[in-house]
Amino acid sequence: MSIKTPSKPKTVFRGTLYRGHEGMWSWVLHRITGIAIYFFLLVHVLDTATVRLDPELYNAVMASYKTPIMGLGEAALVAAIVFHAFNGLRIILVDMTAWASRHHRTLFYGVLVLWAVVMIAFLPRHLMHVFGG
Amino acid sequence: MKFFRFDRLAWIFMRVSGFLLIGLIFTHLIVNLMQDGGVKAIDFAFVAGKLANPFWQWFDVTLLWLALIHGSNGMRVVIDDYVYRTGVKRFLLVSLVISTTTLIVLGTLVIFTLDPCPVGSPADLLPSFCPAG
Repeated sequence: MSIKTPSKPKTVFRGTLYRGHEGMWSWVLHRITGIAIYFFLLVHVLDTATVRLDPELYNAVMASYKTPIMGLGEAALVAAIVFHAFNGLRIILVDMTAWASRHHRTLFYGVLVLWAVVMIAFLPRHLMHVFGG
Repeated sequence: MKFFRFDRLAWIFMRVSGFLLIGLIFTHLIVNLMQDGGVKAIDFAFVAGKLANPFWQWFDVTLLWLALIHGSNGMRVVIDDYVYRTGVKRFLLVSLVISTTTLIVLGTLVIFTLDPCPVGSPADLLPSFCPAG
């Protein structure tokens, strides 16, 4: 019992250049939103393609997009797209200008503020469409 | 270092297409999710009415191509980052090329060959400009 097992080295995030900070979170969120949008895009091209087959079939397919659960899904999709769009602009600016790469953290908070503003403009209207009224 | 190296072109494409996609997708979302009844107003008459206009045909086909190439190139980067076994990687990359090509061809055909007034469909499902009967 007296033998000490070597303890795992603790990972210290503080003081690293990248991990755990704004740069990492913008990267993680860009990747997750990008993958999510991509898989929606695959489904979306296929569901829209049914418009070529038959009007009644297309309307039946579209009806599944008008349910409350899918309405919330559409809200999440738009949230992902708007973040990906503004964060993508931030990436372009950081790549192109020295000023932006010095202020990439401020720009990341700017992305979050713009995202919130657009979502506040979008959500009430969309939710009213979905949940009636 | 070659000027037209694939990865360099892909890097430039992501920035240029990303910038254009912001305008295209925000317009797409405003017209389809915000205007009039939002998602509840999307049906065959709405889509066929839009696609009877050459402006929306070229708008949608540009959106289709840019979004699918931008998205699949993003997925290529993700596969490159996480999949190390060459067999699995090759399978995923081949699947990606096949699914992307299929969807681009399918979507382009749907946009340019859609008949807004298919014969034998109930008139109340069709755009208002379709001849009655």
